[in-house]
Amino acid sequence: MHSYFAHLSPQHRRSWLLVVAYVAALLAISLADFGANTAGQTMFRGVLLGMLIFLVASGLSLIFGLLDVLNFAQGAFLLIGAYVGYDVYLRVDGSADVRFLAAIASGVAFVALIGAIMEMGLIRPLYERPVFQLVLTFGLGAIFLDLVERYYGADPKQPLAPPTLLNDNFSLFGQSLSYYRLFIIILGIVMMIGVFLLLNRTRIGIIIRAGVQDPEMVQALGINVRRVFTLVFVLGAGLAALGGIALVPYQGATLGMGNQFLILAIVVIVIGGMGSFEGTAIASIVVGLTRAVAEQLSLAHFNAPVLAETSVLLLMIVVLLVQPNGLFGRGD
Amino acid sequence: MSAAPDNILEVENIHTFIGEFHILEGVSVSVPRGSITVLLGRNGAGKTTTLRSIIGLTPPRSGEIRFNGQPLRGKRPHTIAQMGIGYVPEKRIIFRDLTVAQNLQIAERKKGDLAGKADFIFGLFPDLKRLYHLPGGHLSGGQQQMLAVARALVADNDLLLIDEPSEGLAPVIIEQMMGAIRQLSARTTVLLVEQNFQVASHLAERYVIIEEGVSVHAGLMADLVNDPELIKTTLGVA
Repeated sequence: MHSYFAHLSPQHRRSWLLVVAYVAALLAISLADFGANTAGQTMFRGVLLGMLIFLVASGLSLIFGLLDVLNFAQGAFLLIGAYVGYDVYLRVDGSADVRFLAAIASGVAFVALIGAIMEMGLIRPLYERPVFQLVLTFGLGAIFLDLVERYYGADPKQPLAPPTLLNDNFSLFGQSLSYYRLFIIILGIVMMIGVFLLLNRTRIGIIIRAGVQDPEMVQALGINVRRVFTLVFVLGAGLAALGGIALVPYQGATLGMGNQFLILAIVVIVIGGMGSFEGTAIASIVVGLTRAVAEQLSLAHFNAPVLAETSVLLLMIVVLLVQPNGLFGRGD
Repeated sequence: MSAAPDNILEVENIHTFIGEFHILEGVSVSVPRGSITVLLGRNGAGKTTTLRSIIGLTPPRSGEIRFNGQPLRGKRPHTIAQMGIGYVPEKRIIFRDLTVAQNLQIAERKKGDLAGKADFIFGLFPDLKRLYHLPGGHLSGGQQQMLAVARALVADNDLLLIDEPSEGLAPVIIEQMMGAIRQLSARTTVLLVEQNFQVASHLAERYVIIEEGVSVHAGLMADLVNDPELIKTTLGVA
Protein backbone atom coordinates (compact mmCIF):
# COMPACT_ATOMS: atom_id res chain seq x y z
CA MET A 1 0.00 0.00 0.00
CA HIS A 2 2.93 2.32 0.82
CA SER A 3 4.45 1.73 -2.62
CA TYR A 4 1.02 2.34 -4.19
CA PHE A 5 0.94 5.91 -2.85
CA ALA A 6 4.66 6.45 -3.47
CA HIS A 7 4.23 5.74 -7.20
CA LEU A 8 1.04 7.69 -7.80
CA SER A 9 1.09 10.12 -10.71
CA PRO A 10 0.47 13.82 -9.89
CA GLN A 11 -2.99 13.55 -11.49
CA HIS A 12 -3.95 10.58 -9.34
CA ARG A 13 -2.60 12.30 -6.21
CA ARG A 14 -4.81 15.27 -7.02
CA SER A 15 -7.75 12.89 -7.51
CA TRP A 16 -7.17 11.36 -4.07
CA LEU A 17 -7.14 14.84 -2.53
CA LEU A 18 -10.34 15.74 -4.39
CA VAL A 19 -12.04 12.56 -3.19
CA VAL A 20 -11.02 13.07 0.43
CA ALA A 21 -12.12 16.74 0.32
CA TYR A 22 -15.41 15.83 -1.36
CA VAL A 23 -16.27 13.09 1.15
CA ALA A 24 -15.34 15.44 4.00
CA ALA A 25 -17.68 18.06 2.49
CA LEU A 26 -20.52 15.50 2.26
CA LEU A 27 -19.95 14.59 5.88
CA ALA A 28 -19.87 18.25 6.94
CA ILE A 29 -23.10 19.02 5.03
CA SER A 30 -24.78 15.97 6.58
CA LEU A 31 -23.69 16.90 10.10
CA ALA A 32 -24.83 20.48 9.66
CA ASP A 33 -28.15 19.63 8.06
CA PHE A 34 -29.26 16.35 9.66
CA GLY A 35 -27.43 16.18 13.01
CA ALA A 36 -24.93 13.53 14.09
CA ASN A 37 -27.20 10.47 14.19
CA THR A 38 -28.96 10.96 10.85
CA ALA A 39 -25.67 11.96 9.26
CA GLY A 40 -24.08 8.73 10.50
CA GLN A 41 -27.04 6.67 9.26
CA THR A 42 -26.88 8.42 5.88
CA MET A 43 -23.15 7.76 5.47
CA PHE A 44 -23.69 4.11 6.46
CA ARG A 45 -26.43 3.79 3.81
CA GLY A 46 -24.13 5.45 1.30
CA VAL A 47 -21.27 3.04 1.94
CA LEU A 48 -23.67 0.09 1.72
CA LEU A 49 -25.05 1.32 -1.60
CA GLY A 50 -21.50 1.97 -2.78
CA MET A 51 -20.52 -1.63 -2.10
CA LEU A 52 -23.51 -2.94 -4.05
CA ILE A 53 -22.70 -0.61 -6.95
CA PHE A 54 -19.09 -1.80 -6.79
CA LEU A 55 -20.11 -5.41 -7.35
CA VAL A 56 -21.78 -4.46 -10.64
CA ALA A 57 -19.34 -1.72 -11.66
CA SER A 58 -16.13 -3.69 -11.06
CA GLY A 59 -17.19 -6.25 -13.64
CA LEU A 60 -18.32 -3.56 -16.05
CA SER A 61 -15.01 -1.74 -15.61
CA LEU A 62 -12.83 -4.85 -16.01
CA ILE A 63 -14.76 -5.90 -19.12
CA PHE A 64 -14.59 -2.43 -20.63
CA GLY A 65 -10.92 -1.98 -19.75
CA LEU A 66 -9.78 -5.25 -21.25
CA LEU A 67 -12.28 -5.94 -24.00
CA ASP A 68 -13.39 -2.39 -24.93
CA VAL A 69 -16.95 -3.66 -24.57
CA LEU A 70 -19.43 -1.51 -22.66
CA ASN A 71 -21.57 -4.41 -21.53
CA PHE A 72 -25.15 -3.18 -21.25
CA ALA A 73 -26.16 -6.67 -20.14
CA GLN A 74 -24.21 -6.24 -16.88
CA GLY A 75 -27.37 -5.06 -15.10
CA ALA A 76 -29.15 -8.18 -16.33
CA PHE A 77 -26.41 -10.31 -14.73
CA LEU A 78 -27.34 -8.76 -11.37
CA LEU A 79 -31.03 -9.32 -12.11
CA ILE A 80 -30.61 -12.98 -13.10
CA GLY A 81 -28.34 -13.61 -10.11
CA ALA A 82 -30.98 -12.16 -7.79
CA TYR A 83 -33.90 -14.13 -9.25
CA VAL A 84 -32.06 -17.43 -9.63
CA GLY A 85 -30.69 -17.03 -6.09
CA TYR A 86 -34.21 -16.25 -4.87
CA ASP A 87 -35.59 -19.30 -6.66
CA VAL A 88 -32.92 -21.65 -5.31
CA TYR A 89 -33.36 -20.26 -1.81
CA LEU A 90 -37.04 -21.23 -1.90
CA ARG A 91 -36.48 -24.66 -3.44
CA VAL A 92 -33.64 -25.91 -1.23
CA ASP A 93 -34.45 -27.65 2.06
CA GLY A 94 -32.48 -26.77 5.14
CA SER A 95 -31.68 -23.86 7.41
CA ALA A 96 -31.63 -20.25 6.21
CA ASP A 97 -27.80 -20.48 6.24
CA VAL A 98 -27.70 -23.48 3.90
CA ARG A 99 -30.33 -21.97 1.60
CA PHE A 100 -28.47 -18.66 1.45
CA LEU A 101 -25.16 -20.33 0.60
CA ALA A 102 -26.91 -22.49 -2.03
CA ALA A 103 -28.50 -19.35 -3.49
CA ILE A 104 -25.11 -17.61 -3.76
CA ALA A 105 -23.33 -20.63 -5.25
CA SER A 106 -26.01 -21.42 -7.81
CA GLY A 107 -26.78 -17.81 -8.77
CA VAL A 108 -23.10 -16.94 -9.30
CA ALA A 109 -22.36 -20.20 -11.15
CA PHE A 110 -25.42 -19.84 -13.42
CA VAL A 111 -24.66 -16.25 -14.36
CA ALA A 112 -20.94 -17.01 -14.82
CA LEU A 113 -21.96 -19.75 -17.26
CA ILE A 114 -24.20 -17.31 -19.15
CA GLY A 115 -21.27 -14.87 -19.22
CA ALA A 116 -18.92 -17.50 -20.68
CA ILE A 117 -21.41 -18.55 -23.36
CA MET A 118 -22.18 -14.92 -24.19
CA GLU A 119 -18.51 -13.93 -24.54
CA MET A 120 -17.44 -16.97 -26.55
CA GLY A 121 -20.54 -17.28 -28.71
CA LEU A 122 -21.74 -13.72 -29.29
CA ILE A 123 -19.24 -11.06 -28.23
CA ARG A 124 -16.08 -12.69 -29.64
CA PRO A 125 -17.15 -12.63 -33.30
CA LEU A 126 -17.82 -8.90 -32.94
CA TYR A 127 -14.54 -7.73 -31.35
CA GLU A 128 -13.65 -5.80 -34.49
CA ARG A 129 -17.06 -4.08 -34.58
CA PRO A 130 -17.60 -2.24 -31.29
CA VAL A 131 -20.85 -0.54 -32.33
CA PHE A 132 -22.44 -3.92 -33.01
CA GLN A 133 -21.23 -5.14 -29.60
CA LEU A 134 -22.96 -2.20 -27.97
CA VAL A 135 -26.22 -2.99 -29.73
CA LEU A 136 -25.78 -6.70 -29.01
CA THR A 137 -25.27 -6.29 -25.26
CA PHE A 138 -28.12 -3.78 -25.11
CA GLY A 139 -30.38 -6.25 -26.88
CA LEU A 140 -29.27 -9.15 -24.73
CA GLY A 141 -29.98 -7.10 -21.61
CA ALA A 142 -33.53 -6.51 -22.83
CA ILE A 143 -33.98 -10.20 -23.72
CA PHE A 144 -32.69 -11.34 -20.32
CA LEU A 145 -35.12 -8.93 -18.63
CA ASP A 146 -38.03 -10.32 -20.66
CA LEU A 147 -37.01 -13.90 -19.88
CA VAL A 148 -36.83 -13.19 -16.15
CA GLU A 149 -40.26 -11.52 -16.28
CA ARG A 150 -41.72 -14.42 -18.23
CA TYR A 151 -40.30 -17.06 -15.91
CA TYR A 152 -40.70 -15.34 -12.54
CA GLY A 153 -43.53 -12.87 -13.19
CA ALA A 154 -43.62 -9.10 -12.86
CA ASP A 155 -44.49 -8.93 -9.17
CA PRO A 156 -41.70 -7.78 -6.85
CA LYS A 157 -40.23 -10.52 -4.65
CA GLN A 158 -40.25 -9.82 -0.95
CA PRO A 159 -36.94 -9.80 0.96
CA LEU A 160 -35.92 -13.25 2.18
CA ALA A 161 -34.68 -14.08 5.64
CA PRO A 162 -30.93 -13.53 5.91
CA PRO A 163 -28.69 -16.26 7.36
CA THR A 164 -29.36 -16.82 11.06
CA LEU A 165 -25.97 -15.41 12.06
CA LEU A 166 -26.87 -12.13 10.40
CA ASN A 167 -30.50 -11.97 11.44
CA ASP A 168 -29.90 -9.99 14.63
CA ASN A 169 -29.88 -6.23 14.90
CA PHE A 170 -27.31 -3.85 16.23
CA SER A 171 -27.56 -0.20 17.16
CA LEU A 172 -25.68 2.43 15.19
CA PHE A 173 -26.17 6.19 15.28
CA GLY A 174 -29.38 5.73 17.26
CA GLN A 175 -30.89 3.35 14.71
CA SER A 176 -31.42 -0.39 14.90
CA LEU A 177 -29.82 -2.04 11.85
CA SER A 178 -29.60 -5.68 10.84
CA TYR A 179 -26.20 -7.34 10.77
CA TYR A 180 -27.01 -8.29 7.21
CA ARG A 181 -26.40 -4.67 6.12
CA LEU A 182 -23.00 -4.82 7.75
CA PHE A 183 -22.42 -8.13 5.96
CA ILE A 184 -23.05 -6.47 2.57
CA ILE A 185 -20.45 -3.82 3.37
CA ILE A 186 -17.95 -6.45 4.49
CA LEU A 187 -18.71 -8.54 1.38
CA GLY A 188 -18.00 -5.49 -0.78
CA ILE A 189 -14.72 -4.81 1.03
CA VAL A 190 -13.67 -8.46 0.75
CA MET A 191 -14.44 -8.44 -2.98
CA MET A 192 -12.52 -5.16 -3.40
CA ILE A 193 -9.48 -6.61 -1.65
CA GLY A 194 -9.88 -9.94 -3.46
CA VAL A 195 -9.99 -8.36 -6.92
CA PHE A 196 -7.16 -5.98 -5.96
CA LEU A 197 -4.98 -8.93 -4.91
CA LEU A 198 -5.97 -10.88 -8.02
CA LEU A 199 -4.95 -7.97 -10.24
CA ASN A 200 -1.74 -7.13 -8.41
CA ARG A 201 -0.41 -10.34 -6.93
CA THR A 202 -1.18 -13.07 -9.44
CA ARG A 203 0.13 -13.79 -12.92
CA ILE A 204 -3.36 -13.81 -14.40
CA GLY A 205 -4.03 -10.43 -12.76
CA ILE A 206 -0.85 -8.97 -14.22
CA ILE A 207 -1.90 -10.29 -17.64
CA ILE A 208 -5.34 -8.67 -17.21
CA ARG A 209 -3.77 -5.31 -16.29
CA ALA A 210 -1.35 -5.55 -19.20
CA GLY A 211 -4.26 -6.47 -21.46
CA VAL A 212 -6.17 -3.39 -20.33
CA GLN A 213 -3.23 -1.29 -21.53
CA ASP A 214 -2.38 -3.16 -24.74
CA PRO A 215 -4.06 -6.49 -25.58
CA GLU A 216 -2.14 -6.71 -28.87
CA MET A 217 1.21 -6.68 -27.11
CA VAL A 218 0.05 -9.30 -24.65
CA GLN A 219 -0.71 -11.62 -27.57
CA ALA A 220 2.68 -10.90 -29.11
CA LEU A 221 4.26 -12.19 -25.89
CA GLY A 222 2.69 -15.59 -26.48
CA ILE A 223 -0.38 -15.24 -24.26
CA ASN A 224 -3.79 -16.38 -25.50
CA VAL A 225 -5.59 -13.17 -24.73
CA ARG A 226 -9.00 -14.54 -25.78
CA ARG A 227 -8.96 -16.96 -22.85
CA VAL A 228 -8.21 -14.02 -20.58
CA PHE A 229 -11.13 -12.12 -22.16
CA THR A 230 -13.47 -15.01 -21.34
CA LEU A 231 -12.17 -15.26 -17.79
CA VAL A 232 -12.68 -11.53 -17.19
CA PHE A 233 -16.18 -11.65 -18.65
CA VAL A 234 -17.02 -14.60 -16.38
CA LEU A 235 -15.52 -12.82 -13.37
CA GLY A 236 -17.49 -9.65 -14.14
CA ALA A 237 -20.72 -11.58 -14.58
CA GLY A 238 -20.15 -13.51 -11.35
CA LEU A 239 -19.50 -10.35 -9.32
CA ALA A 240 -22.71 -8.76 -10.62
CA ALA A 241 -24.67 -11.90 -9.77
CA LEU A 242 -23.20 -11.87 -6.29
CA GLY A 243 -24.41 -8.27 -5.91
CA GLY A 244 -27.88 -9.32 -7.04
CA ILE A 245 -28.11 -12.18 -4.57
CA ALA A 246 -26.76 -10.00 -1.76
CA LEU A 247 -29.60 -7.56 -2.44
CA VAL A 248 -32.38 -10.14 -2.05
CA PRO A 249 -32.46 -10.42 1.77
CA TYR A 250 -31.98 -6.64 1.95
CA GLN A 251 -34.62 -5.30 -0.43
CA GLY A 252 -36.05 -8.29 -2.30
CA ALA A 253 -35.97 -8.59 -6.08
CA THR A 254 -37.63 -6.42 -8.70
CA LEU A 255 -37.40 -6.35 -12.47
CA GLY A 256 -36.04 -2.79 -12.37
CA MET A 257 -33.05 -3.56 -10.13
CA GLY A 258 -30.73 -4.51 -12.99
CA ASN A 259 -31.13 -1.29 -14.94
CA GLN A 260 -31.07 0.81 -11.77
CA PHE A 261 -27.63 -0.55 -10.85
CA LEU A 262 -26.43 -0.55 -14.47
CA ILE A 263 -26.92 3.22 -14.71
CA LEU A 264 -25.14 3.77 -11.40
CA ALA A 265 -22.32 1.45 -12.51
CA ILE A 266 -21.86 3.35 -15.79
CA VAL A 267 -21.70 6.61 -13.84
CA VAL A 268 -19.12 5.00 -11.55
CA ILE A 269 -16.79 3.82 -14.30
CA VAL A 270 -16.97 7.20 -16.02
CA ILE A 271 -16.18 9.03 -12.77
CA GLY A 272 -13.50 6.53 -11.72
CA GLY A 273 -11.84 6.44 -15.13
CA MET A 274 -12.62 3.84 -17.77
CA GLY A 275 -10.77 0.60 -17.08
CA SER A 276 -9.27 1.69 -13.76
CA PHE A 277 -10.01 -0.76 -10.97
CA GLU A 278 -8.95 1.62 -8.19
CA GLY A 279 -11.08 4.33 -9.83
CA THR A 280 -14.09 2.00 -9.87
CA ALA A 281 -13.66 1.06 -6.20
CA ILE A 282 -13.31 4.65 -5.04
CA ALA A 283 -16.00 6.07 -7.33
CA SER A 284 -18.47 3.37 -6.16
CA ILE A 285 -18.23 4.62 -2.60
CA VAL A 286 -18.29 8.27 -3.70
CA VAL A 287 -21.43 7.70 -5.81
CA GLY A 288 -23.09 5.69 -3.03
CA LEU A 289 -22.42 8.48 -0.51
CA THR A 290 -23.53 11.19 -2.94
CA ARG A 291 -26.78 9.44 -3.66
CA ALA A 292 -27.51 8.75 0.02
CA VAL A 293 -26.78 12.35 1.10
CA ALA A 294 -28.75 13.82 -1.82
CA GLU A 295 -31.67 11.53 -1.02
CA GLN A 296 -31.61 12.56 2.64
CA LEU A 297 -31.29 16.25 1.73
CA SER A 298 -34.23 16.15 -0.65
CA LEU A 299 -36.35 14.20 1.82
CA ALA A 300 -35.57 16.79 4.48
CA HIS A 301 -36.21 19.81 2.30
CA PHE A 302 -38.62 18.72 -0.47
CA ASN A 303 -40.27 15.76 1.20
CA ALA A 304 -39.43 13.58 -1.83
CA PRO A 305 -36.17 11.99 -3.05
CA VAL A 306 -36.06 14.20 -6.16
CA LEU A 307 -32.32 14.93 -6.04
CA ALA A 308 -31.19 11.35 -5.53
CA GLU A 309 -31.03 10.27 -9.18
CA THR A 310 -29.87 13.64 -10.49
CA SER A 311 -27.08 14.09 -7.96
CA VAL A 312 -24.86 11.31 -9.30
CA LEU A 313 -25.33 12.48 -12.89
CA LEU A 314 -24.40 16.02 -11.89
CA LEU A 315 -21.35 14.67 -10.10
CA MET A 316 -20.37 12.80 -13.26
CA ILE A 317 -20.66 15.95 -15.37
CA VAL A 318 -18.54 17.96 -12.93
CA VAL A 319 -15.83 15.27 -12.81
CA LEU A 320 -15.75 15.05 -16.60
CA LEU A 321 -15.34 18.83 -16.84
CA VAL A 322 -12.51 18.84 -14.28
CA GLN A 323 -10.83 15.59 -15.38
CA PRO A 324 -12.10 14.32 -18.74
CA ASN A 325 -10.45 10.90 -18.26
CA GLY A 326 -12.19 10.40 -14.93
CA LEU A 327 -10.51 10.53 -11.53
CA PHE A 328 -8.13 7.61 -12.02
CA GLY A 329 -8.15 7.20 -15.78
CA ARG A 330 -5.00 7.30 -17.85
CA GLY A 331 -4.02 10.86 -18.69
CA ASP A 332 -2.29 10.07 -21.99
CA MET B 1 15.42 -35.77 -38.39
CA SER B 2 16.01 -33.09 -41.02
CA ALA B 3 18.55 -30.33 -40.46
CA ALA B 4 17.27 -26.87 -39.61
CA PRO B 5 16.92 -24.70 -42.73
CA ASP B 6 19.71 -22.13 -43.32
CA ASN B 7 17.17 -19.33 -43.33
CA ILE B 8 15.32 -19.14 -40.03
CA LEU B 9 12.64 -16.98 -41.65
CA GLU B 10 11.32 -16.92 -45.19
CA VAL B 11 8.73 -14.32 -46.16
CA GLU B 12 7.49 -14.93 -49.70
CA ASN B 13 5.53 -12.34 -51.62
CA ILE B 14 3.12 -11.36 -48.85
CA HIS B 15 0.20 -9.01 -49.43
CA THR B 16 -1.20 -7.33 -46.34
CA PHE B 17 -4.17 -5.01 -45.99
CA ILE B 18 -5.13 -2.66 -43.18
CA GLY B 19 -8.86 -2.25 -43.61
CA GLU B 20 -9.21 -1.76 -47.36
CA PHE B 21 -5.75 -0.24 -47.77
CA HIS B 22 -3.33 -2.51 -49.60
CA ILE B 23 -0.17 -1.85 -47.57
CA LEU B 24 2.16 -4.68 -48.57
CA GLU B 25 1.98 -5.48 -52.28
CA GLY B 26 4.60 -8.19 -52.47
CA VAL B 27 7.25 -8.31 -49.78
CA SER B 28 9.82 -11.08 -49.65
CA VAL B 29 12.47 -11.35 -46.94
CA SER B 30 14.98 -14.09 -46.19
CA VAL B 31 16.66 -14.05 -42.79
CA PRO B 32 19.71 -16.30 -42.40
CA ARG B 33 20.05 -18.01 -39.04
CA GLY B 34 22.33 -16.10 -36.65
CA SER B 35 22.32 -12.88 -38.69
CA ILE B 36 21.15 -9.34 -38.10
CA THR B 37 18.98 -8.33 -41.05
CA VAL B 38 17.53 -4.86 -41.38
CA LEU B 39 14.46 -3.67 -43.25
CA LEU B 40 15.15 -0.28 -44.81
CA GLY B 41 12.85 2.14 -46.58
CA ARG B 42 11.27 5.54 -46.38
CA ASN B 43 8.51 6.39 -43.91
CA GLY B 44 5.30 4.52 -44.73
CA ALA B 45 7.04 2.02 -47.03
CA GLY B 46 5.64 -0.96 -45.11
CA LYS B 47 8.51 -1.98 -42.83
CA THR B 48 6.49 -2.02 -39.59
CA THR B 49 3.60 -3.77 -41.34
CA THR B 50 6.05 -6.47 -42.47
CA LEU B 51 7.07 -7.16 -38.87
CA ARG B 52 3.41 -7.10 -37.77
CA SER B 53 2.53 -9.52 -40.57
CA ILE B 54 5.22 -11.93 -39.41
CA ILE B 55 4.07 -11.92 -35.76
CA GLY B 56 0.43 -12.19 -36.93
CA LEU B 57 -0.91 -8.88 -35.61
CA THR B 58 -1.70 -7.74 -39.15
CA PRO B 59 -1.95 -11.07 -40.94
CA PRO B 60 -1.24 -11.16 -44.67
CA ARG B 61 -4.05 -12.08 -47.05
CA SER B 62 -1.74 -13.96 -49.41
CA GLY B 63 1.84 -15.10 -49.68
CA GLU B 64 3.73 -17.41 -47.34
CA ILE B 65 5.75 -16.99 -44.16
CA ARG B 66 7.85 -19.86 -42.84
CA PHE B 67 9.71 -19.86 -39.54
CA ASN B 68 12.15 -22.72 -38.96
CA GLY B 69 10.44 -24.35 -41.95
CA GLN B 70 6.98 -24.13 -40.35
CA PRO B 71 4.26 -22.08 -42.08
CA LEU B 72 2.97 -19.17 -39.97
CA ARG B 73 0.04 -17.98 -42.05
CA GLY B 74 -3.32 -18.51 -40.39
CA LYS B 75 -1.76 -18.87 -36.95
CA ARG B 76 -2.72 -16.44 -34.20
CA PRO B 77 -0.12 -14.07 -32.71
CA HIS B 78 0.24 -15.91 -29.41
CA THR B 79 0.88 -19.21 -31.22
CA ILE B 80 3.47 -17.58 -33.48
CA ALA B 81 5.20 -16.03 -30.44
CA GLN B 82 5.20 -19.41 -28.67
CA MET B 83 7.03 -20.91 -31.66
CA GLY B 84 10.00 -18.76 -30.65
CA ILE B 85 9.56 -15.27 -32.04
CA GLY B 86 10.00 -12.21 -29.82
CA TYR B 87 8.56 -8.86 -30.85
CA VAL B 88 9.73 -5.40 -29.79
CA PRO B 89 7.20 -2.93 -31.20
CA GLU B 90 7.94 0.61 -32.31
CA LYS B 91 7.37 3.51 -29.91
CA ARG B 92 8.76 1.34 -27.08
CA ILE B 93 5.39 -0.01 -26.02
CA ILE B 94 5.72 -1.29 -22.49
CA PHE B 95 3.03 -1.81 -19.88
CA ARG B 96 3.26 1.56 -18.15
CA ASP B 97 1.21 0.64 -15.07
CA LEU B 98 3.18 -2.54 -14.40
CA THR B 99 6.53 -2.48 -12.63
CA VAL B 100 9.72 -3.36 -14.49
CA ALA B 101 9.62 -6.73 -12.71
CA GLN B 102 6.03 -7.39 -13.84
CA ASN B 103 6.82 -6.27 -17.41
CA LEU B 104 9.50 -8.97 -17.48
CA GLN B 105 7.53 -11.62 -15.58
CA ILE B 106 4.61 -11.40 -17.98
CA ALA B 107 6.92 -12.48 -20.82
CA GLU B 108 7.75 -15.80 -19.12
CA ARG B 109 6.43 -18.76 -21.09
CA LYS B 110 7.52 -21.24 -18.46
CA LYS B 111 8.38 -20.91 -14.80
CA GLY B 112 11.98 -19.90 -14.29
CA ASP B 113 12.43 -18.19 -17.67
CA LEU B 114 13.24 -14.87 -16.04
CA ALA B 115 15.45 -16.34 -13.32
CA GLY B 116 17.44 -18.18 -15.98
CA LYS B 117 17.95 -15.06 -18.11
CA ALA B 118 18.29 -12.45 -15.36
CA ASP B 119 22.11 -12.29 -15.46
CA PHE B 120 22.15 -11.90 -19.23
CA ILE B 121 19.37 -9.29 -19.27
CA PHE B 122 20.79 -7.20 -16.42
CA GLY B 123 24.25 -7.56 -17.95
CA LEU B 124 22.90 -5.92 -21.11
CA PHE B 125 20.77 -3.34 -19.32
CA PRO B 126 22.09 -2.76 -15.76
CA ASP B 127 19.65 0.15 -15.26
CA LEU B 128 16.71 -2.26 -15.25
CA LYS B 129 18.02 -4.03 -12.15
CA ARG B 130 18.10 -0.72 -10.27
CA LEU B 131 14.62 0.21 -11.48
CA TYR B 132 13.16 -3.27 -10.94
CA HIS B 133 10.26 -2.23 -8.70
CA LEU B 134 9.34 1.03 -10.41
CA PRO B 135 6.30 1.30 -12.69
CA GLY B 136 7.24 1.26 -16.37
CA GLY B 137 5.61 4.66 -16.87
CA HIS B 138 8.22 6.23 -14.56
CA LEU B 139 11.14 5.19 -16.80
CA SER B 140 12.88 7.52 -19.27
CA GLY B 141 12.44 6.91 -23.00
CA GLY B 142 15.76 5.07 -23.24
CA GLN B 143 15.00 2.92 -20.22
CA GLN B 144 11.58 2.04 -21.67
CA GLN B 145 13.24 0.93 -24.89
CA MET B 146 15.67 -1.21 -22.88
CA LEU B 147 12.72 -2.75 -21.05
CA ALA B 148 10.89 -3.45 -24.33
CA VAL B 149 13.96 -5.28 -25.69
CA ALA B 150 14.62 -7.03 -22.37
CA ARG B 151 11.02 -8.31 -22.30
CA ALA B 152 11.57 -10.04 -25.63
CA LEU B 153 14.65 -11.76 -24.20
CA VAL B 154 12.90 -13.43 -21.24
CA ALA B 155 11.49 -16.39 -23.18
CA ASP B 156 13.56 -18.69 -25.39
CA ASN B 157 13.20 -16.94 -28.73
CA ASP B 158 15.10 -17.97 -31.86
CA LEU B 159 14.19 -14.77 -33.68
CA LEU B 160 13.69 -11.22 -32.48
CA LEU B 161 11.71 -8.68 -34.46
CA ILE B 162 12.78 -5.22 -33.33
CA ASP B 163 11.03 -2.15 -34.68
CA GLU B 164 12.93 1.18 -34.69
CA PRO B 165 15.12 0.60 -31.60
CA SER B 166 16.84 4.00 -31.96
CA GLU B 167 13.72 6.10 -32.57
CA GLY B 168 13.65 9.22 -30.41
CA LEU B 169 16.67 8.21 -28.30
CA ALA B 170 19.69 10.33 -27.36
CA PRO B 171 22.94 9.41 -29.18
CA VAL B 172 24.53 7.94 -26.06
CA ILE B 173 21.50 5.68 -25.49
CA ILE B 174 21.48 4.67 -29.16
CA GLU B 175 25.11 3.60 -28.75
CA GLN B 176 24.18 1.53 -25.70
CA MET B 177 21.22 -0.01 -27.51
CA MET B 178 23.38 -0.92 -30.53
CA GLY B 179 25.87 -2.60 -28.21
CA ALA B 180 23.07 -4.59 -26.59
CA ILE B 181 21.64 -5.71 -29.94
CA ARG B 182 25.09 -6.83 -31.08
CA GLN B 183 25.52 -8.85 -27.87
CA LEU B 184 22.10 -10.46 -28.01
CA SER B 185 22.60 -11.36 -31.68
CA ALA B 186 25.21 -13.85 -30.50
CA ARG B 187 22.30 -15.84 -29.02
CA THR B 188 19.44 -15.13 -31.38
CA THR B 189 18.71 -14.05 -34.94
CA VAL B 190 17.52 -10.46 -35.33
CA LEU B 191 15.27 -8.85 -37.93
CA LEU B 192 15.02 -5.16 -37.29
CA VAL B 193 13.45 -2.10 -38.78
CA GLU B 194 15.70 0.95 -38.56
CA GLN B 195 15.16 4.38 -40.05
CA ASN B 196 18.60 5.63 -39.03
CA PHE B 197 20.88 4.37 -41.82
CA GLN B 198 24.03 5.00 -39.77
CA VAL B 199 22.73 2.73 -37.02
CA ALA B 200 21.46 0.13 -39.50
CA SER B 201 24.71 -0.03 -41.46
CA HIS B 202 26.77 -0.51 -38.31
CA LEU B 203 24.53 -3.22 -36.93
CA ALA B 204 23.25 -5.37 -39.76
CA GLU B 205 24.98 -7.85 -42.02
CA ARG B 206 22.10 -8.03 -44.48
CA TYR B 207 19.43 -5.63 -45.68
CA VAL B 208 16.12 -5.61 -47.50
CA ILE B 209 14.80 -2.36 -48.98
CA ILE B 210 11.03 -1.90 -49.13
CA GLU B 211 9.49 0.75 -51.38
CA GLU B 212 5.76 1.45 -51.34
CA GLY B 213 4.91 -1.98 -50.02
CA VAL B 214 7.23 -3.95 -52.31
CA SER B 215 10.66 -5.39 -51.46
CA VAL B 216 12.93 -4.06 -54.19
CA HIS B 217 16.49 -4.82 -53.12
CA ALA B 218 18.19 -7.26 -50.78
CA GLY B 219 21.73 -8.26 -50.11
CA LEU B 220 24.79 -7.77 -47.94
CA MET B 221 25.09 -4.52 -46.03
CA ALA B 222 28.76 -4.33 -47.00
CA ASP B 223 27.68 -4.06 -50.65
CA LEU B 224 24.99 -1.47 -49.91
CA VAL B 225 27.31 0.93 -48.08
CA ASN B 226 29.53 0.92 -51.18
CA ASP B 227 26.62 1.87 -53.44
CA PRO B 228 25.79 5.49 -52.62
CA GLU B 229 23.61 5.84 -55.69
CA LEU B 230 21.29 3.03 -54.54
CA ILE B 231 21.20 4.46 -51.02
CA LYS B 232 20.30 7.89 -52.35
CA THR B 233 17.60 6.74 -54.77
CA THR B 234 15.89 4.25 -52.48
CA LEU B 235 16.42 5.72 -49.03
CA GLY B 236 16.94 9.39 -49.77
CA VAL B 237 20.16 9.35 -47.75
CA ALA B 238 22.98 11.38 -49.24
